[in-house]
Amino acid sequence: MREKKFSVIGKPLRKVDALAKSTGDTRYADDLELSRMLYGKLLRSPLPHARIRGIKTDRAAKLKGVYAVITGADLPERFGIMPSTQDEEALAGEKVRHVGDPVAAVAASSEAVAEESLKLIEVDYEPLKPILSIEEALACTEESERIHAWNRRANIQKAVSFEFGDVVQGFAQADQIFEDTFFFQGNAHLPMEQHCALAQYGPEDKLTIWSSTQTPHYLHRALSKVLKLPMSRIRVIAAPVGGGFGGKSDPFSHEMCASKLAMITGRPVKFTLTREETFYVHRGRHPVKMWIRTGVKNDGTLQAMHFRSFLDGGGYSSYGLATVYYTGALQTVSYKLPVYKFEGVRVFTNKPPCGPKRGHGTPQPRFALEVHLDKIADKLGIDPVELRLKQLVEPDSITVNGLRVSTTGLRECIEKAAARAEWKKKFHQLPYGRGIGFAASAYISGAGLPIYWNGMPHSGVQIRLDRGGGITVFCGSTDIGQGSDSILAYVVAEEFGVDPADIRVVTADTDLTPVDLGSYSSRVTVMTGNAAIQACRKLKEMLFQVAGEALEVPVDDLEMAEGKVRSQSYPKRAISFAECVEKAETKFGTLGATGSYSPPKYPANYKGSGVGLTPAYSYSASIVELSCDPETAEIKVEKVWIAHDCGRAFNPLLVEGQSEGSVYMALGEALMEEQVFRKNGLHKFPSILDYKSPTTLETPEIETILIETNDPEGPYGAKEAGQGFLLPVIPAVANALFDAIGVRIDELPITPDKVLRALEGRLKPVSVPSFDFPPPIKWRPGEGVEVPQKS
Amino acid sequence: MMRKSRKESTAKLNQNGLTKRLLRLRVNGEVKEVATETNKTLLEVLREDLGLTGTKHGCELGECGTCTVLIDDEPVLSCLVLGVESEDADIVTVEGLMRDGRPHPLQRAFADLGATQCGYCIPGILLTSRALLDKNPHPTREQIREALAGNLCRCTGYTKILDAVELVVKGEVA
Repeated sequence: MREKKFSVIGKPLRKVDALAKSTGDTRYADDLELSRMLYGKLLRSPLPHARIRGIKTDRAAKLKGVYAVITGADLPERFGIMPSTQDEEALAGEKVRHVGDPVAAVAASSEAVAEESLKLIEVDYEPLKPILSIEEALACTEESERIHAWNRRANIQKAVSFEFGDVVQGFAQADQIFEDTFFFQGNAHLPMEQHCALAQYGPEDKLTIWSSTQTPHYLHRALSKVLKLPMSRIRVIAAPVGGGFGGKSDPFSHEMCASKLAMITGRPVKFTLTREETFYVHRGRHPVKMWIRTGVKNDGTLQAMHFRSFLDGGGYSSYGLATVYYTGALQTVSYKLPVYKFEGVRVFTNKPPCGPKRGHGTPQPRFALEVHLDKIADKLGIDPVELRLKQLVEPDSITVNGLRVSTTGLRECIEKAAARAEWKKKFHQLPYGRGIGFAASAYISGAGLPIYWNGMPHSGVQIRLDRGGGITVFCGSTDIGQGSDSILAYVVAEEFGVDPADIRVVTADTDLTPVDLGSYSSRVTVMTGNAAIQACRKLKEMLFQVAGEALEVPVDDLEMAEGKVRSQSYPKRAISFAECVEKAETKFGTLGATGSYSPPKYPANYKGSGVGLTPAYSYSASIVELSCDPETAEIKVEKVWIAHDCGRAFNPLLVEGQSEGSVYMALGEALMEEQVFRKNGLHKFPSILDYKSPTTLETPEIETILIETNDPEGPYGAKEAGQGFLLPVIPAVANALFDAIGVRIDELPITPDKVLRALEGRLKPVSVPSFDFPPPIKWRPGEGVEVPQKS
Repeated sequence: MMRKSRKESTAKLNQNGLTKRLLRLRVNGEVKEVATETNKTLLEVLREDLGLTGTKHGCELGECGTCTVLIDDEPVLSCLVLGVESEDADIVTVEGLMRDGRPHPLQRAFADLGATQCGYCIPGILLTSRALLDKNPHPTREQIREALAGNLCRCTGYTKILDAVELVVKGEVA
């Protein structure tokens, strides 16, 4: 199949939902309305850390138009996205852990009445000392200062330590050792659509919820646990998501409360969060402090690296268990690293919980690593592009921490980006105030392991063929704008040789669609694509059999193209796809098939080796050209070049779109965006006006260069094309600034005040706390390694 | 801690005895009559009373551009205008961009070039773009940038949006 010329794959086609989205037809969660619908609102804590002595809701409950009021006592079951850290409550029971933590929920006849009733709820808080920084959390080790009771060490959610190879010997072999510290400030997803959930509970005791969620399957599980309803009684429908970027991947309080209130009142209940609430619900980028120490030969060859990360997790665990591992996992997959030590810790603080945002836990260490390498190159007098090119990870290799690299197009990415940007001509050659910077990166094409341990497929696809030749594809995958519905249509159209516009796609409905784990970790194209191909090929076997008989052509000479099943040797010997389906249904009965996908088995076997695994790594290289006014320190990004190894571009328009959106998002994180708090735990800028993000005026021209490496694990060779683009842009900005004005800003975002302080020699290096990390898990490649081959 | 929202003021006014009024609105070329509270924003009237949910809300504070509609050919943030202020004006929402059941060239260009990702900000961006092209059928890329500077999009990096508007300017929409 792979040698075949594609008819759909690789073409710049419309997305299947593109016209609906540009005509206003697409119905997002808040566009839905049901008869007798009530409106829900959450009462949120005004304090960052407090014990709840009591809650009085009777006045609120008596307000005309209020149908129900619930508190933590009504939903006591804890939940959380990771099975081992179930520390969230739909409504706080004993304690609130950040400003905005929900304590009560109401359902009322209108939003206005619901809001009015919240003012009548009296909460008696006993304020506790808030912990608002990583340093404070590490210092508050007394039992009385705990934010959570369940974790072993006070305020430490998770501490990890790994040693891959002999670190002492590795550093001893180095000619020079370099050390740096960095800080990546937290920031928000800021999707244009606020979270929304609408729940309905019928007299037949079944719950249906429409929600703006990226992970309907995980929400399904969490609802079942919290509501104590079997999953068979719950239907989760992910409405088209108006922007996710990772921020709608957790099960949320408003989803639990909408459901519970619908069960209590017997009426549909809708919660739509305000923009301000979205900043407190958060789950955005973790603030991370980092320390990196690297031993190199005088020619720049890496000998050993020791990396430490300190994550500010906020009030709950969310995805944090995975995040802390991610801050250490992928340093090894771009450049050869013979020895590596990683230590990471995630602490609880009294701020909104952090979670996964585009790149999940990897933009922070990538920023540190790539700026650190730029500094090393500068000190050694080596071109930073050359420094990388001389030590790229080889294809079909296993990294020092046991990650299997299949294909890598990083060399081509770097060379093409450098050529297009005229790197050699510009680096160190631009006038003062103008600069060019470079960085590279790698990312996963889907997490190798599911969130909860199980041996079932990560993605399932079901295809139904009807008598008119119609094709319907069913899959649990969730379109968050990235085009996952279109990917299914493209794959099935390619396999059946039909127009993608003729295919119906039904997705993200737990009653109708087989499980797909969700839109996170850039997993969807690889996993649903493979599952869809498998389902198609089962059906093709039947279709080819009847077509072969009808046309008197051997099955291995048949192909599907242009809406026909035909002989490859004599293309005029053909029947239409619809006719072929009719014959197949006559022979075999009703036509349908399923396909599924599970990632391959992986070489590493140490505890903690599950994070960073993936069917295939994408690679990216970016060059940023910018100007910086030395008087005002205003930075203007002039142009960004980004080269990305996506394995195979299913639709270059969509891949470029992901690239341009990632570059834009990276520039916001590099230069403007920050989620920061006052001493009383209040967000400093909980509005779109004050939380600065790039507009058309701050977003430069972006040139995307796509590299195709045809990965054996990917459908038609495809790898990730959703998040990896973001990673190299942020350090490339910092490196370009150094080229422009000769100062290093190791702390994001790079704002004019920091640049001015640096120009005046007043910017202090990032301080990193001391922490007693646990003894490392030691692992060396070759121990228990088993590399499966794709059959 | 939470900032007062528009809904709080609505509730107060209602308690003060503020009643509904019959509004006569000209939306997408059709006259619509609707009885609604006088303190409702045009955004709320469009979405809640007229069922025109193509107009989206992103902040309801006039900061994001998502709720943009055209009032007498000018792009206006419908969250900052009251329904009662909009009588006697020509209001165009994304639903009114279609002509004779066919998508407007801007709508087709946005679909063809992948300018819609999640699509949530797109209605507002389409209307701002149409207002620009009505006044200046041949804007430069910089002028398109300027015109769209008040409409935030978190998905696209704006590139394909600018490309799509340029495609219409060049008259190259299929």
